[in-house]
Amino acid sequence: MILKNKAMLRRSLLLHAVIVPLAMLWLIPIWLMFIFATLGDSAIFSPQVRLLPGSEFFENFRRLQEDLDFVRTVFVSFVVALVYTVASVVLTSMAGWAIAIYRFRGKWAVLGLILGTLTLPYFVVVIPQFIMVARDFGLSNTWFALIIPPLFNSLGVLFMRQAFATMPKDLFDAARVEGVTEWQIFRYVAMPLAKPMLAALSIILFLHSWNNYLWPLLISNDKTMMTAPVALGSLFGLMDVSWGGVMVGATLMTAPMLLVFVFLQRFFLTGITAGAVK
Amino acid sequence: MRLHTKTAYGFIGPYLLIFVAFWAWPIIYSFYLSFLSTRRAPWSFNPTMTWGRLTQDPAFYNALKNTLTILAIQVPIMIALACILAVLLNSSLLRARGIMRFAFFAPVVIGEAAYAAVFRLMFNAEFGIVNKALGSIGIGKIDWFANPTAAMALIILAVTWRWVGYNAIIILAGLQSIPKDVYEAAILDAVTPRQQFLYITLPLLKPVIVFCLVLSTIGSMQLFAEPFLITNVGGPGGATETLGLLLYKQAFLNLNFGYASAIAYTIAALALIISALNLWVSRGDDA
Repeated sequence: MILKNKAMLRRSLLLHAVIVPLAMLWLIPIWLMFIFATLGDSAIFSPQVRLLPGSEFFENFRRLQEDLDFVRTVFVSFVVALVYTVASVVLTSMAGWAIAIYRFRGKWAVLGLILGTLTLPYFVVVIPQFIMVARDFGLSNTWFALIIPPLFNSLGVLFMRQAFATMPKDLFDAARVEGVTEWQIFRYVAMPLAKPMLAALSIILFLHSWNNYLWPLLISNDKTMMTAPVALGSLFGLMDVSWGGVMVGATLMTAPMLLVFVFLQRFFLTGITAGAVK
Repeated sequence: MRLHTKTAYGFIGPYLLIFVAFWAWPIIYSFYLSFLSTRRAPWSFNPTMTWGRLTQDPAFYNALKNTLTILAIQVPIMIALACILAVLLNSSLLRARGIMRFAFFAPVVIGEAAYAAVFRLMFNAEFGIVNKALGSIGIGKIDWFANPTAAMALIILAVTWRWVGYNAIIILAGLQSIPKDVYEAAILDAVTPRQQFLYITLPLLKPVIVFCLVLSTIGSMQLFAEPFLITNVGGPGGATETLGLLLYKQAFLNLNFGYASAIAYTIAALALIISALNLWVSRGDDA
């Protein structure tokens, strides 16, 4: 028994000797993001190593607002992510419901198309999307352009299809006998039962939109319609920019998502692993 | 079961509408575009200006070489590290589990622009913490943004930092779906932990690992934001220019949509071929 404990202790020490330094290494960029947000540029670009917070956060924020109206860009990002998430959850739930519940003509073709796009690089569609939205419709710098073209996603449909397929069919049949319409069954029976899955999907979609970079970069370059990531990135190449301010921007974009991750970890992990483990 | 074609299309219709408008049509249209010379209006059918140009454009070969280099180095390192992390995080001996999980999983929620900003400061040649740390162990200053090899290493480090946790989450879920009694049987047979990992865990995890490999391959083929934001649009001198970045420049800076579409389809074809190769090789070991 003692021998076994000794072996366990050795294994435990070995485990932590590997994982603790690695974890610290991984935490450094996040830690420095917060620290840099509180330091003036002379402290960020100094020969000393600064690992503890300073007191320049609000001054940095003021500089950032001077370089660009960051509050406005956060507002744009938030509205886009919110509307995108709601719309995408509704669309993919309805589609997932149809595939999970009904037998219909063309079902396998539809499913095949959805699965086919899973592995298709986004680059194959982004050029025509841009030509269509920016040139043909002339809709650059609009809410429509930021929200609607990215709406399609195959993950949500597969995810919700799985959610509805695992629900007991008797429940829906009982409602049908009572004369409840299919739409009402979907809306008032199935959707409430799918709440945990809807939460997981919403978190993943919101995060995706909040961090989305390429499409907003292409379609929204007007100062009043820029999203936060694009606005932040636009400062990188400039000569006279407050890096403390940039770090405040990075922090304001990141901190809410880290809180969501910490407090809603369960939903978050469900969303990520949904595609992988069946 | 009866056919419910009408009801079903009522539910799936709005989704299909978005699909047709913003995916199906663009997929076809960009294939068509890849045969058009779009340098000046009116656009005309001229594949030598797109596919033909591809075969003799040094910028394309450079971007292809960079993309494949990143793929060949970054993906295996990241997946191996993700496997190790998943096993360590799954250990019953692990303390401070919450903090450990946070450390590796948190980068997954951080946007490219935000982490690119931090990496630019951390790897600053003069004042960055990385060079200060290297200096303290006697390694001279590395100019991460001016030295082509160092810039490439920086991109690989950044992408690995961001994505290893994502893969570890998936592999960890795979680990936890392995029934416990497999290990109990192994312990009765006096199997060592190393043997357990090599002969039980790894083979059972293979489908999940292959899934991660395929996802990462597709991701690497599309690498854009990191070289755009961290190494100043593919710098120094194109040393970190990826296919994604070349496509961006051709399509959205030069407005040469035809040539860019040819690059897009090249990326898609390569992603498909390399993914299929992954699947084929991993099936081969099963015998």
